[in-house]
Order: sequence, then structure tokens, then C-alpha cells
Amino acid sequence: MAGTARMKQPGDLRVIRLPCTGRVNPLLILKAFMEGADGVLVSGCHPGDCHYNVGNYHARRRLELLQRMLPAFGIDPGRFHYTWVSASEGSRWAGVVSDFTRRIEALGKIGAEVPANALAKAEQTAMTDATGKTTS
Amino acid sequence: MRIGVFVCECGTNIAATVSTGKVVDAALSMRDVLHAESIQYTCSDPGQRAVIDAIQKKGLTRVVIASCSPRMHENTFRRTVGRAGLNAYMMEMVNIREHCSWIHSDIDEATDKAIDLMQKGVARVRRQVPLHSTTVPVTKRVLVVGGGVAGIQAALDIADAGLPVTLVERGPSIGGNMARLDKTFPTLDCSSCILTPRMVEAAQHENIELMVSSEVEQVRGYIGNFDVDIRRKATCVDAEKCTGCMICQEKCPGKAPDEFNAGVGQSKAISIPFPQAVPLVAALRKEHCRLFIKGKCSVCKKVCPADAIDYEQEDRIETEKFGAIVVATGYELFDWRESYPDYGGGQYPDVVTALQYERMLSASGPNGGHVQRPSDGKEPKNVVFISCVGSRDESVGRPLCCSVGCMYIAKQAILTKEHIPDSQSYVFYIDIRAGGKGYEEFTRRAQRDFGAIYLRGRVGKIYPSNGNLVVMGTDTLSAEQVEIDADLVVLATGFAAAEGAGELARKLNISYDQYEFFSESHPKLRPVETTTGGVFLAGACQGPKDIPDTVAQASASAAKVIGLLSRGELETSPMVAAVNQMRCTGCFKCRDVCPYGAIEAVELRDGREVANVIDSLCQGCGVCNVACPPAVISLKGYTDGQLIAETMELLR
Ligand SMILES: Cc1cc2nc3c(=O)[nH]c(=O)nc-3n(C[C@H](O)[C@H](O)[C@H](O)COP(=O)(O)OP(=O)(O)OC[C@H]3O[C@@H](n4cnc5c(N)ncnc54)[C@H](O)[C@@H]3O)c2cc1C
Ligand code: SF4
Ligand code: SF4
Repeated sequence: MAGTARMKQPGDLRVIRLPCTGRVNPLLILKAFMEGADGVLVSGCHPGDCHYNVGNYHARRRLELLQRMLPAFGIDPGRFHYTWVSASEGSRWAGVVSDFTRRIEALGKIGAEVPANALAKAEQTAMTDATGKTTS
Repeated sequence: MRIGVFVCECGTNIAATVSTGKVVDAALSMRDVLHAESIQYTCSDPGQRAVIDAIQKKGLTRVVIASCSPRMHENTFRRTVGRAGLNAYMMEMVNIREHCSWIHSDIDEATDKAIDLMQKGVARVRRQVPLHSTTVPVTKRVLVVGGGVAGIQAALDIADAGLPVTLVERGPSIGGNMARLDKTFPTLDCSSCILTPRMVEAAQHENIELMVSSEVEQVRGYIGNFDVDIRRKATCVDAEKCTGCMICQEKCPGKAPDEFNAGVGQSKAISIPFPQAVPLVAALRKEHCRLFIKGKCSVCKKVCPADAIDYEQEDRIETEKFGAIVVATGYELFDWRESYPDYGGGQYPDVVTALQYERMLSASGPNGGHVQRPSDGKEPKNVVFISCVGSRDESVGRPLCCSVGCMYIAKQAILTKEHIPDSQSYVFYIDIRAGGKGYEEFTRRAQRDFGAIYLRGRVGKIYPSNGNLVVMGTDTLSAEQVEIDADLVVLATGFAAAEGAGELARKLNISYDQYEFFSESHPKLRPVETTTGGVFLAGACQGPKDIPDTVAQASASAAKVIGLLSRGELETSPMVAAVNQMRCTGCFKCRDVCPYGAIEAVELRDGREVANVIDSLCQGCGVCNVACPPAVISLKGYTDGQLIAETMELLR
């Protein structure tokens, strides 16, 4: 919608398409930070309004956990944000992108923030927690 | 591996902000890319032909098309590469329009981003494998939920095409709100004269099964194959035996609100909602019945000549299979009372809703069409109409327009003059919305030929005085305060979704807006589809609508359903999850999280129990993919390998 309505947005964001936020593996986000992403944004349908029934409830639990664990890996939690924007909320999306970009610009480059063994560490912790019993 | 890249210019939509030439050059330096070109309009016939030519001449095995949103043309291009002999899923789309040219103005920035996205697309397609959809047989039966004019129209159209239809209505009769109307704008034809024959036709149609006093309890399955539990509510009357003689209603001592007459007048605990009801069968409302409240009565059972009364009757659940579902649950009027204390909040009997007034005007209404005001039965002379009560009013959280209020007020002003020649109507309005065919002329006639006085402004207060009501408002055109001594005040209350609409939407897995009106899949190009395949919308359940629009949408839904079910089988998306059963540990975390019950346990030859995905149930959300501890269940088309490759490529 934001694109169709041609709402101008900062050009730093690159979108990876997924069917549902429920497909977002927290490990993928850590991987992105490892590879040098300055910020990671996850956006999906509003809770209660999931195209796939409940995928975003699973996502919310997994992503909230990740959010809280980021400092343990030496990553500023401000570099990660998850939000809910429906396909019809074009202007909201443009706002989210602009705000997030501004926030990451203020934090600057991720640089040496991420220790080299973070992923290995993450692999162990995130996996067990994020996949623990997740019934809504 | 031979990858071909096509960069669409989309006229100037893309080419004005993205240097497509640079993207082509960059693509040619990417691994395995041996063909790249830009095309003016890739989706056009010559554009698609260029893609097919390149695939065939250069022996391409994978294709990336950088153009618009995949929501727009993914299917188009899948078919294109299919025609060239490739597996349709060996094509990847990269969105350089909505995600790039349309949202950026700096050419360098947009071009850089387009190249990044291209890199990601190439990385993705390199890891793609051919996917094949399976087919599932479809059930050639249709469920229509809601028996208003929308549901009746859809059911008749579908049934006429030879498909069996079950029409489920929660009330005791079909007809919906239109059955309550007196005459209809802008032609003033009598509502029941045009609707009743359609109701009877629906009841008598060999392909339509009517289920009144019934509701959808649960929905399972998917497009082409829904299993629906329908609750047949106990009415204490055997519909087979009841002859519709109404003797029970006459003799019944239990008073009950008259829902059909919108609360004007009273009805009985056992009743037939209105004389033209279809089916013409009595229903008992336990909450008002003396036998059920006080334990003593049974009058109806004694008087019924057909022995149709059965107090023991219980709700039954029937499960039926359907291939498609049309939702036509309509609307209710917004309950204005709490939000408008200045209008008496429901305390003044002579402040009525337009639907109540519609019943007062109707020859089949409680007073046989003689307009009598509720407080003392007097014939009103001064009638004040107030538009937009609970619509276009941010202060009560209802900014939406009901789209018919302006029109039915004009109609009711005309009918008032016809019923009571020495009456005077006043209409308070914000502005007159009369967009339909013949509508503007109609509202003019109300003023010119029937003398209705239109005052532009909101009403601030209504208070009782000397047995009448004083209506205080501002005429914003003359900037004067006006006070009108009214015998009767009619409120044009806004539309609200039918009670329980949100709950029904959740059962059907369709989306709805903040007012619980159901959302169409695309506001322009898919106006009757929902985001759930096989579920369609008709009428006011999707948003406020008049009868012509309701009927048009119902027929459109019917056409979609007929089209869908004309096929014997449906293709399912091959982007489903798959388990590497050799490495599955049998923990079934995937089964716990799957919202569709698409994962079953199967036994391998060595006796181990492992997970298996039922392709026809899997919707491809990928929740299981993340939940699997050994990471052996993976969503085709969105595998871990693909997502990691995309991420790495973007961060190179
Ligand atoms: C005062 C007034 C005057 C009007 N005058 C005119 C006019 O003159 N001309 C005109 O064109 N339009 C007029 N309209 C608008 C008209 O009423 C609607 O356009 C039309 O009734 C919409 O039809 P529908 O079938 O979508 O909904 P409805 O008529 O509301 O029918 C919906 C049906 O679905 C049933 N239902 C609801 N929920 C469920 C459920 N969960 N399960 C099963 N069944 C369910 C309901 O009981 C109902 O029978 C007027 C409206 C009002 C309020
Ligand atoms: S008395 Fe019996 S037959 Fe007559 S309407 Fe009532 S239930 Fe039906
Ligand atoms: S992808 Fe979603 S629907 Fe399919 S099996 Fe996995 S969890 Fe169930």
C-alpha cells in the first residue's frame, strides 16, 4: 500500500519476503547482525488478524524473547524492532520505516559490537527457548 | 545453471527513478547469470514473448524478473515461464517498483537498491527447486450464510446454475432488513412486493435447502472442501408439521418484543415473525415463554391443530460439506442510545429510528400503515429527521458514512407527506450524499414536490415540552439557531455490522475492519473475494450498501462461486512444508504449532513415528519450520537455505 500510494521512504531498508511472521526464525535475525546488518525490522499482520490464523502469535513470543536476549550477545536491543502493520496501512508503514531508519542512524554502524562467537552461543540458547512449547 | 534476468521499465514507472541499464549490467556480473535485458512492459504480450524467446534460445533454467509487486504479477510470470517449458516456480520476482522506484526519488539511491534486490533474487532463485502443485477434488455444494436480499440473490443465482445451495439464516425467516422496508428509493416500489416473490422462489427452488433458525458453528477445511457444522436451534415447533395457521400466536399469553417490527408494538413468545415469512412456520422464544420461565402454560401445544409443538426439542448440529461459502450477514443499526444522551438516550418514546419509522409507515406494520406516534397514538404533523446519528461522527467513534441515510430520509419525507397530507417534514443534514442513478433527482423531489424543509446542520439537543419535543439545532447556512416543535423525531442511525460478525469472521478465517465489516481481498480488483480462498462476500456485511449495490455484489459473488466450482479439481499451492523423515525425531513440536492441523504422525518401516505434512491442508505459513528443533521440516520456496542466502547477499 505504501508503495502503491508512492509514499516516500528512506532508502536504507531491504525487504526479505516471507509468507508469515511465523516463518521468522530468530536465528535468521542474529545471522543478519553477524553479517553486519545495522538494524533488523520485522513486520507482519496485527495479532488477531493473522492471514494464517495464529502465525503472528508464535512470532510475537519468539521475537519478544529475542529482543530481551540481544544484550546477552552484545547487540544493542535498539537495533531490532518488531511491529504489526497491515497491508492497508500504507502511511503507518512509511512512518515505521522512517522512524526505524532514524533510530539506526543515531546508533551508527554496528561495527565490532557483535562478538564472533555470538551465533554459536545464540544457536544454543535461542533455539531451545524459541521452540519450546508454543501453544497460544 | 543458466539464469536469465529481465528488468522491467514499466514505462517510466520504474525507468524514471531506476537506471535499468545499470541494473542489467550489474546482473550480468552475478554468478550464473548469462542473460540480462530490460523490457519496456514485461507483463505485456510482447514483453512476455521476449522472456519466452530468451528462455528458449539461450536454454535458461531459472529466471529473475525485476518489476512490480509479486501480488500484482507473480501468477502472470509463472505462467509465462511455464509456457516456455520451465517449471513455474523457477521464476523469482524482485519488486523494484513498489519497493524502489515509487518510494524513492534519488536515482542513484534507487538504482543501488534495485541492484541489491536483484542480487537477493538471483541468490534465491539459485536455490530454488521445481515445485509441483497437487490437485484436490471440489465439493460442488455451496453454503450461503445470511438470508437477506444479498443471500437470497446469491443463492438463487448459484442454484439456477445447477449447484445445490444451503442457505443458513439465524432468524426464523429469510428476508433480512429489506423485508422490513415499506417502499424503496428512488423508485418507491413496494419492498415486499419485489422481495416476497424472491423469498418464495428461494424456498421452492429444487436446488436450495433453507435452514432458518440456524447458525454456523464451526468451519474446517479449505477452498473446495469445507466441513461446516451448522447449529439448528431448537424452536419447539416441528417445521414439517406446522401449517402456519398462527393460532398458537393468537392464543399465546406470553408477551415478547417484536423484533421484526424493530420493537414497535409487541409480539408473542410463540410467533410467526411476519405474515409473508418464509418459511411460514412458528418459532418459540424460550426466554419469553411462560412454560420455560414459570413452568406453567402449554397453551400453544393445546391449541395447535397440527400437533406441531414439541417442548423437548433440542439444538442439533449438522455437518455438511461445501466447496464454497458466500457470507451475506448484512447489518444492524448502530445502537445510538448511549452515545447520544442529548437526544434523550432512548428515554423519549417519540424519538424513533428510521427502521422503526419504516415499520410505522408500512401497510404490514403494527398499525396497518396509519402513522401513529408511540407515546399517545396521535398522528404526527411535524416530523423532524436527523441524519448521521452514529455515522460521520468522530466524537462517538463512528466516522463512516452509512451511504443510504440521506436517501431513505428523503424517501421517508416523501412517504410522510403521502400518508399525512397536512404534515411538514424537516431534515437536518450534514450534506446530501446522493451518488446513485436517479438519486440526486429523488432528493430534489422530496424538497420541491413534497415540501420537505432541509436544514444544514447538526442537532444539539432534543427535550420534551408540552407533550411534544423541541429540537434545537443550528442552520449553518444562515448561521441561525433553529428550534422546531416536533411531534415525532426520526433518527437516521448508522450501519453497524451484524451481531457476532467478528466471531463468524474468525470461524471463517477472514479479515474484518474496526467496525467488524468483512474485508474484501482487494478494494478494486477483488471486491467480492476474501483473503481466504473459497469464501466470498455479498451485501452490507462488507460495508454499508443500498439494495442495488447489494444485489449486484451478490450476483458477482455467485458468478465467482460458479466459476470456481465449474472445475472438477483445484490446484493447491506447492509452497507447503515438507519433512525430512529420515532425520525427524518424532517430537511433534510442528504438530503443536500448526494452525491448520496439517501435520500427522506416520509410522516408518522401521517402526519409528515421524511427522508428515498433509499437503492439501498445509497453507504454507512456515510456523513449523521455525519450531522444529533439528530443523528438518522446511517450507518449500522459503527454505532456511534461501532465506540465509538472501540475507547474506544483502549484507555483502
Ligand atoms: C431505514 C432504512 C431504510 C432503507 N431503505 C432503503 C431503500 O429504500 N432502498 C435501498 O436500496 N436500500 C435501503 N436500505 C438499505 C437496505 O436495507 C440494505 O441495502 C439491504 O437490506 C442489505 O441487504 P443484506 O442482505 O446485505 O443485509 P440484511 O438485510 O441485513 O440481511 C442479512 C441477513 O443475515 C442474517 N444474519 C446475520 N448474521 C447471521 C449469522 N451469523 N448467521 C446466519 N444469518 C445471519 C440476518 O438475520 C439477516 O436476515 C435501507 C436501510 C435502512 C436502515
Ligand atoms: S399453531 Fe401449530 S401449526 Fe399453527 S402456526 Fe402454531 S405451531 Fe404452526
Ligand atoms: S507450514 Fe504452516 S500450515 Fe503448513 S504444516 Fe507448517 S505450520 Fe502447518
